[in-house]
Amino acid sequence: MATAPPVVEATGITKRFGSTVALREAGIRIDAGQTHALVGRNGAGKSTLVSILTGLQAPDEGTVSFGGEPAPRLADRDAWRRRVACVYQKSTIIPELTVAENLFLNRHDRGRSGLINWKTVRGRARELLDTWSVDVDVRTPARELDVEQRQFVEIARALSFGARFIILDEPTAQLDGAAINRLFARINDLQRQGVTFLFISHHLQEIYEICDTVTVFRDARHILTAAVDELPRAELVAAMTGDAAGEAVGERRDPSASAVDVLKVDSASLPGAYDDVSFRIRAGEIVGLAGAASSGRIEIAETVVGLRKAAGGTVEIAGNRPRPGSVPAALKAGAGFVPQDRHHQGLVPEMSIADNGTLTIPERLGPTGFIDGRRRDGFARSMIGKLAIKTPGPELPVSGLSGGNQQKVVMARALANDPKLLVLINPTAGVDVRSKEFLLGKVGEIAESGTGVLVASDELDDLRMCDRVLVVFQGRVVAEMAHGWHDHDLVAAMEGVDLDG
Amino acid sequence: MAETTTAAAVTANGPAGDPGGDRPSSRIAGGRRIAFARMRDLALIPAIIVIAIVGQLVSPVFLQPDNLINVLQTMSEIAVLVLAQTLVLIVKKMDLSLESTVGLAPGVAAWLTVPVGAGHGLGLLPGGWSVPVTLAVGVLIGVVNALFIIRFGLNGFIVTLGMLIVLRGILTGISGGQTFFQLPESMLYLGTTQWFGVPASVWLCLILFAAGIVVLGFTSFGRSLYAIGGNVDASKAAGIRTDRVLWIVIVTASLLAALSGLLLSGRLASVASAQGNGYIFTVFAAAVIGGISLNGGKGTMFGAFTGILLLFMIQNVLTLGGVPAQWIGALNGTIILIALALSRVTGGKAQE
Repeated sequence: MATAPPVVEATGITKRFGSTVALREAGIRIDAGQTHALVGRNGAGKSTLVSILTGLQAPDEGTVSFGGEPAPRLADRDAWRRRVACVYQKSTIIPELTVAENLFLNRHDRGRSGLINWKTVRGRARELLDTWSVDVDVRTPARELDVEQRQFVEIARALSFGARFIILDEPTAQLDGAAINRLFARINDLQRQGVTFLFISHHLQEIYEICDTVTVFRDARHILTAAVDELPRAELVAAMTGDAAGEAVGERRDPSASAVDVLKVDSASLPGAYDDVSFRIRAGEIVGLAGAASSGRIEIAETVVGLRKAAGGTVEIAGNRPRPGSVPAALKAGAGFVPQDRHHQGLVPEMSIADNGTLTIPERLGPTGFIDGRRRDGFARSMIGKLAIKTPGPELPVSGLSGGNQQKVVMARALANDPKLLVLINPTAGVDVRSKEFLLGKVGEIAESGTGVLVASDELDDLRMCDRVLVVFQGRVVAEMAHGWHDHDLVAAMEGVDLDG
Repeated sequence: MAETTTAAAVTANGPAGDPGGDRPSSRIAGGRRIAFARMRDLALIPAIIVIAIVGQLVSPVFLQPDNLINVLQTMSEIAVLVLAQTLVLIVKKMDLSLESTVGLAPGVAAWLTVPVGAGHGLGLLPGGWSVPVTLAVGVLIGVVNALFIIRFGLNGFIVTLGMLIVLRGILTGISGGQTFFQLPESMLYLGTTQWFGVPASVWLCLILFAAGIVVLGFTSFGRSLYAIGGNVDASKAAGIRTDRVLWIVIVTASLLAALSGLLLSGRLASVASAQGNGYIFTVFAAAVIGGISLNGGKGTMFGAFTGILLLFMIQNVLTLGGVPAQWIGALNGTIILIALALSRVTGGKAQE
C-alpha cells in the first residue's frame, strides 16, 4: 500500500509584508494522525505560517495542499473550514450568544416554518459536545466559559465542520497545570480517533510530552523537522536560538555590595499570575526578569509599578512602601517605567512628544495645575537631546515617529522624574537594531548613575546586559543566572526544560 | 447532515473522560445565570405592573380600555423608531438621523403632493403618490447613511449626526419653516383609521414588534445581527456576509422611520417643519432601559418594547395626576435616569 498523502503540506512558502520577509522558502509536512509541534522564537514566522495554512492569507510564492489536493480558493471559507481549523489564543466565539448558538452560528436548524428551531439546535449542540465528551451546558452564554471550556468548545466546533486537522496556537498559555493535563488527555483521545494536530507552544517540555514530530522555524526559515524522540533537548534549543553563543556585551563593573536596596519584593503572589516571588535590586544594579510570554514576569513587573495589586506580599521601593495597585504612589516612591506595549499603555499617539514625555511630571511644569508651555518644551528638548530622538521638534505628534523613536519617548518619560528604580517591560519590542543598541546603552548609563533597573523581557539581547537574570517559569522564580550566561541555558530555563534531563 | 454522521461514527470514545466534571459549581452557577438572563428580558414587567397599580390609584380612568389605547396610540410612532434603533444598536451602530427622517420623509411627500397655494406645496404629483414617496425617501436616506458608514467606513455616530442636521435643514428649506396642511387622503389613512375598533397605528406597531421578535429570535438573519454586534471578525469567520446584513439593517431602520413619520403626519393631519424634533433622546432612553446595549450584540425586541411602554405609561400617569405640562419634561428626564439606574442594578454590569 502506498503511503497516504500528508494531511497538509506546504512547500517553498515565501511571504513578504512590505520590506520584511515573514517566511522565506519555508515549508512543513504533516502526516495523518500525528501531533506535530511547531516551535520558534518570536518573529520566527510561526503565526504567518498558521494564517497561510488556515487560508487567511495567500503566500507570495509556494503551494499548500491538503491530502494531496491543492488548497481551495481563499474566498471559499467553507472549503477551508472542512479541512483545517485553528484554535487561537484570542477567542473566536461571540460572548453574548449561548454555546449552542456559537456552535451552529449561521447554520441553525430550521423547522418547517423556516424559523429557527431552538430545541433542535440545542439538541444537536448537546449531541456534538457529548460526542467529543465536552462537559459544558449548551445554554451557557459563551462569555461565562473559562479558557479551557472555550478551547474545548472551539475544538468541537472545528470538528463539526468536518475538519480533522486542527492547529492549536499556544493552547496552554492561559491554563493551569490540571487543565493542561486534561487538554493533553483530550488531544491524545482525538489523535486516536484520527485527528491530526499542529501544536504551537513556547514550552518545550510539553512538546516532549505529547508531540511525535517537531518542526523548528527561525528567522523566517524552516530549520529542521525531526521525530521528537530522536532529537535531544539541547539540539532543539540550539536549533531555535541559532549557533551564536552568548557573547557578553561590554564588561560591567559590579555594583558595590554595600549599595542600598532600591527594590525589595517579599513573597509577593497573585493567583493566576505568579506565586511567592521575592527578590531585591540594589542601587546601580541591573536585574533581568526572564520568562516565556505567559510565565508571569510581566505581571510581576507591573505589580512593582502599581499597575497590578498583589494578593499577598510586599513591594518596597527605595525604602517606601507605596500603596499597592497605585501607579501615582509607585511613581512618587521613585519608580519610573516603560510599560509592556507602547501603543496601549505607553503613548497617547496624537499628543506631541513634549506632552507625552512630561505626562508623569505635571507638577514640575508650572504652578498648581497650570502647564507652562515653555518649561514643558524645555524639558522635552533636553529629553530629545539626551535620548537622540530624531524629530524636527518637541511639538510633533508621537504617531509621526518611527517605532524606535517612539520607544525613546516612552523611555524619556520613564526617566523624567529621575527615578531611583527603573522598570522596563519588553523595552526593545518592535524597535530597529540601532535604536535598540542605543536604548540598551542608555539603560547601562542610567544604572551607572546609581539607579536600580528591572528588565522584564524574553529578548536575550535585553537580558545580556543584566548583572543577574531571574528566570520565571509558570509564575515562580526557578533560577538565577549570573552575568555571562549562555543563550542555551537561559532559553532552556525559560522554556522549562532541564538540559541534563 | 454530513457532520452529524461523521461525528456519530467516532462515538467509540463515548462518555469516558469527563474533564470538566470536577467543577460542578461552575455549571450550576451557569444555570442560575441563564435564568437570570431570561429574567433580564422581563425585568421591566414588575415596573409596568407597579405603574399600572399606581395609575389606577391616581385616576380610575387609567385602566379603562380607552385610556390604554390612547397610551398605545401616542407611543406607536415613537415605538416604531425604537424598533428601528434597536436593530441598529444590536449590530453595534447608531442612527441619530432617524428623528429627522420622521419629519423629512412625509415632508417631501407633502411638498410634492399638496396643491399650489396651500403653504409651500408644489402639487407636482397626484395624492396617491404620497405614501410611496414617503417610503422611498426613507429608503434613500438609509442608502446614503449606509454608503457613508459601510462603504466609506465612517463613524456611524458622526455620519448620522451630520445627516440629522442636513435632513432637518432640507425640511425647513422646502417648507419655508411652515407646516404643510391639506395632506392627501392616502397620507391620512394609517394615522386616522380604525381596525376592529383600535387605531391602525396601534395594530401596525404591535405587528411590527411581533415580527421583530420573531426575526431577531428565530431567523438566521436575526441571529446574525447579534453575532455581528458581538464580534464582527468571528461572524465573518462563521460565513456571515456582515456588510450585506449591515446594509439591510441601516436601510430598514430609515424605512421604519419614514413609516413612523407617516403615522404621525396622518394622526396630526399635517407635517410641521419641526416634526420629530427631540425624539431621538426618548428613543435611546427607551432602548437602553429596555436592555439594549449601546455596545452591540445584546438585548431583545421584547425588552425594547417594554422600555418604551414603561416610559409612556409613566407619562400618562403624570398627566392624569394633574402634573402641569410644563413639568413633564423635567420629570421625564428624571424617570429616564431612575430607570437606567434600576436597569444597572438588575443588569449587574456597568453600561457603556
